[in-house]
Amino acid sequence: MMSKEALLNTALMALLLLVPLGAWFADEPFLITLTTRAVIFGIAGIGLNFALGLGGLVSLGHAAFFGLGGYVMGVLAYHAQTYTSLMTWPFELPGTTAMTIIWLVAICLSALLALGIGALSLRTSGVYFIMITLAFAQMLYYFAISWPAYGGEDGLSIYVRNRFVGLNTMDPIQFFMVCYGLLLLVLGLVWAMARSAFGLALGAARQNEERVRALGQKPQRLYLTAFVISGAITGLAGALFADLNRFVSPTMFSWQTSGEIMIFVILGGVGRVFGPVAGAALFILLEYSLGGLSDYWHVYLGAILLGVVLFARGGIYGLIAGREVAHD
Amino acid sequence: MSLVLFIEQVLNGLQFGVMLFLMAAGLTLVFGVMGLINLAHGSLYMVGAFAAAATAAATGSFVLALIASLVFAAFAGVLIEVLVIRRLYERDHLDQVLATFALILIFSEGTRWLFGSFPLFLDKPDWLSGTVGLPFGIVYSRYRLAMILVGLAVAVGLFWMIAKTRIGIRIRAGENDREMIAALGVNISLLHTFVFALGAALAGFAGALIGAIQSVQVGMGEPVLILAFVVIVIGGIGSIKGAFVGALLVGLTDTLGRFLLPVLFRLAMEPSAANAVGASLASMSIYLLMAGVLLFRPRGLFASQ
Repeated sequence: MMSKEALLNTALMALLLLVPLGAWFADEPFLITLTTRAVIFGIAGIGLNFALGLGGLVSLGHAAFFGLGGYVMGVLAYHAQTYTSLMTWPFELPGTTAMTIIWLVAICLSALLALGIGALSLRTSGVYFIMITLAFAQMLYYFAISWPAYGGEDGLSIYVRNRFVGLNTMDPIQFFMVCYGLLLLVLGLVWAMARSAFGLALGAARQNEERVRALGQKPQRLYLTAFVISGAITGLAGALFADLNRFVSPTMFSWQTSGEIMIFVILGGVGRVFGPVAGAALFILLEYSLGGLSDYWHVYLGAILLGVVLFARGGIYGLIAGREVAHD
Repeated sequence: MSLVLFIEQVLNGLQFGVMLFLMAAGLTLVFGVMGLINLAHGSLYMVGAFAAAATAAATGSFVLALIASLVFAAFAGVLIEVLVIRRLYERDHLDQVLATFALILIFSEGTRWLFGSFPLFLDKPDWLSGTVGLPFGIVYSRYRLAMILVGLAVAVGLFWMIAKTRIGIRIRAGENDREMIAALGVNISLLHTFVFALGAALAGFAGALIGAIQSVQVGMGEPVLILAFVVIVIGGIGSIKGAFVGALLVGLTDTLGRFLLPVLFRLAMEPSAANAVGASLASMSIYLLMAGVLLFRPRGLFASQ
């Protein structure tokens, strides 16, 4: 007998696979792209949820990692497609259009950025942490706007989607399968990490820092590790998102992006492994259905979000599967 | 010659800093007394600017426009405090962030629906346009000078209110111990509404004053809000003095950074590259300032604890 949560997980993942497959048979590429967006946003949300749900770190600056991932893709592909080098000294570094390399670079650089931002922001906690992460993301936003080499305010267009061995990534369904595969991989990793000794210690530190310290663990180190992993996952999502649009712009660094990633997590349910995926899917559904109703659909989104926060805490998963994981 | 230009930039930095203080004061008061992080503070700034622009367009009077900005922003503040914010005081910061983020979405789209997507313009009145001569042959914009003086006057008034009046005593008592002053018979929920409306009015006033030198448009509040966050992180949350010092530091660092860094890089680089690198670094300067303060004083320069 599966629990309600496991049933919901299975239904969600099946739906995310069946909708684009159906759309492929019905020759509706737009629907495939829409689902791909949901999958990528889901990965970004899983990243944030690792810090927020498991570690209790309310980061309002995850756009920093999402945007960095996007720019890694943009810059590497731009140099490869124009046959120029990223740098010539002290050694020559060419660009690349291989997705796997782009992902690796995006993950590593996002992890490094998260290490820097985390080390500074974790010197504080609570409301300071929220404001500081938001401020650092805004710093990168202004840097991306004022740095003219890669398009500045206008962003950077890439004409051909990057390559993945054996696939035609320009075909929407094939690119979707790549993203879906990565989603499964990330879900599996996060699932395993949440149950590892590290994940358990992190959850314990969120609930009671003093006791964890008394047991000989270092909460600050746990938080920082969680923040780095979280940033790396969101950075990967950023690289995929830029590849989906074949375009990257400073908007990916904006505070609205940070807010939206947080909305995915909250709509789905904080602390649930699959929650952000459900939240992202619901967000795309709302955007699509409400966006058709009215140009001012953000008013409705705001009202729904307000309702969820004030009255239906726990998001979709809390509503359907009951409150098992409390966030505090 | 160059010194005159430099002093002019210092004045610009002061003007920017004083306006940031009007934003940051409300945020830091609301956090200090109610323990609430309010992302929708930028929306109140926008409400003030739009109220001023609409009133100026209807009546032609700048003074009426400023009064309208105070009234409308305070009214919007009371409205959201009573309907939404009040339910958030006992919630955790995550809920506060999300609910006030939702308020931003509602305010921004609502304003776009009412006024359209095109920016409005708020003209300076005739008696404040043009320039004014200062000692040492400095010529400075009359309007910006007025902004500095008005901002400083508001700051002095705020310090006086908090230090000397009965309501100020209650605000300080509320910061120290919420339950205790409620037990002593102070109407705590009225006090909360008052503090929130005061912060809203200050933000709306800043929006109107800035609206006359920039365009009035949807989304104008959030960049200023994030700068105000940087200000109170530097100053220490809950401290009005910290907000004032932080605001001036941020205003001067940003303005002088934009002015001096390109000049500095031009010593070592060709002019176009120097301008690009200088501008990029200048856009990051206040965040680097914040990081520097965090390294040495994690709870800000004037933290209350």
